[in-house]
Amino acid sequence: MVKERFTFVFSPETYDKPITYHLVKDFDLKLNILRAEITPGEEGHLLAEIEGEEDNLRRALEFLAAEGIEVIPTHRQVTVRQEECVHCGACTAVCFSGALAMNREEWKMEFRPEKCIVCGLCIEACPLRIISVGFGGGKAGEA
Amino acid sequence: MAKKTFAEINEKIKKGEAVVLTAEEVVAMADEQGLKATAEKVDVVTTATFGPMCSSGAFLNFGHSDPPIKMAKVWLNQVPAYTGIAAVDAYIGATELAEGRDDYGGAHVIEELVAGKSVRLKAIAQGTDCYPRKELEGYISRESINEAFLFNPRNAYQNYGAATNSTGRILYTYMGMLLPKFGNVTYSTAGQLSPLLNDPYLRTIGVGTRIFLGGTQGYVAWHGTQHNPSKARGENGVPVGGAGTLSLIGDLKAMTTEYLKAAVFKNYGVSMFVGVGIPIPMLDEDMARFVTVRDREIKTTLLDYGVPGRSRPTLKVVDYAELKSGFVELNGRKVRTAPLSSIYKARQIAATLKEWIERGEFMLQEPAAPLPADATVKPLDVKELD
Ligand code: SF4
Ligand code: SF4
Repeated sequence: MVKERFTFVFSPETYDKPITYHLVKDFDLKLNILRAEITPGEEGHLLAEIEGEEDNLRRALEFLAAEGIEVIPTHRQVTVRQEECVHCGACTAVCFSGALAMNREEWKMEFRPEKCIVCGLCIEACPLRIISVGFGGGKAGEA
Repeated sequence: MAKKTFAEINEKIKKGEAVVLTAEEVVAMADEQGLKATAEKVDVVTTATFGPMCSSGAFLNFGHSDPPIKMAKVWLNQVPAYTGIAAVDAYIGATELAEGRDDYGGAHVIEELVAGKSVRLKAIAQGTDCYPRKELEGYISRESINEAFLFNPRNAYQNYGAATNSTGRILYTYMGMLLPKFGNVTYSTAGQLSPLLNDPYLRTIGVGTRIFLGGTQGYVAWHGTQHNPSKARGENGVPVGGAGTLSLIGDLKAMTTEYLKAAVFKNYGVSMFVGVGIPIPMLDEDMARFVTVRDREIKTTLLDYGVPGRSRPTLKVVDYAELKSGFVELNGRKVRTAPLSSIYKARQIAATLKEWIERGEFMLQEPAAPLPADATVKPLDVKELD
């Protein structure tokens, strides 16, 4: 048995596919939806924890790819080089999950990685280019 | 109350007796003690802003090579600089892009010079009897060149419209990324901390005013381009939307990257965060009224960047208390707001300037000439070619 976290990215075309149904029924996986966000770019994001047989999980991911749904393992994590941040707030304009938000007392930008759905919008929005997405983070299960 | 003059306030600064507050602190004091007491007790109020200001750049003088060259074209780290002036003078504009790149430009070159890094200079020339050399390539730095001064034609906008987007796609603008269907609102002013909002009629700010610029002392050189004091104003005199602007000058060699930073706006280009702080003398009770302006009393227009025309439609008028709350109401919906200018940095600048004045290291400079009070901004209406 394995347990991993993924972000699923839906485009306007793949929006209404009943994928959770397939994952549970066809691949015998346990699915725990942690967050769901609709970015008003007509994209949807779903952060889910999936548990099941390793082989079933692999086949399920192949099925999703074939359906045109992008799957991002969340050990690909967003990192912010916070010591270089000028706290302008530009990244918070696009972060709908609230992972990047202004502390309105101190007017400092604060990053809460646990809320991030790896949509990638902030990477383009930061004028200092100090946000990146990499594989450095921990896997599901590691807090 | 007795009126104070610049000279009297400077006398107090020299003696270390001047009472200096930031534009946020003075609001708190007025709330507690009233306007009259505030006007009497306080001598100087420090204001600040740290936002992307495209209209920025620096004049450089490289020194003469042997044999000498009259540079006709110049590149710094592959960013073209303007050199249609004397032989080895050039102006590097913040928004000029490196050839073949869209994420590196003049602002980065300026930041690297300020950081003390080496910058690659390439120059070509036609060659003359007095300047025979035709080509030159090598490294320069802040230390190796003669003068380097920041000269920004338009900074410190008095106020600026907030931005949103009615279209169905993401817009990439100098106001940041605007999400489709009114998905967000961005604004770019420090509100009650912002310099020209604390002196709406520019009574104390003019040519020669000494300021904080990029981490050192600089000056107001002139009014900024597109200076528009004729903009509609609220009852308190504060313009609703972009109005007055300043042209600023200062020694680049004394600046720090802490307060001068290159910025990249995707699919728009390069700009530069510039840190500006302006001290405002408490000359009388009228000034006390101006410097105690509060976010809720500063209004601006919310503009739809989805309309590409020169006059973008105003969707509504909002105030900075709303903008800073994190949401504004638009068409019955709560829309998320985000700043683009750093209030955190602006506070640092206002506090630093306050310290300089308290320590007697920074004297106020009375303007040599006022800025125009009745200018307007013309649109570009060229006569079409036949
Ligand atoms: S990728 Fe960036 S914008 Fe998207 S949720 Fe994570 S932090 Fe927010
Ligand atoms: S956009 Fe970049 S510099 Fe600005 S607050 Fe976000 S991380 Fe910091």
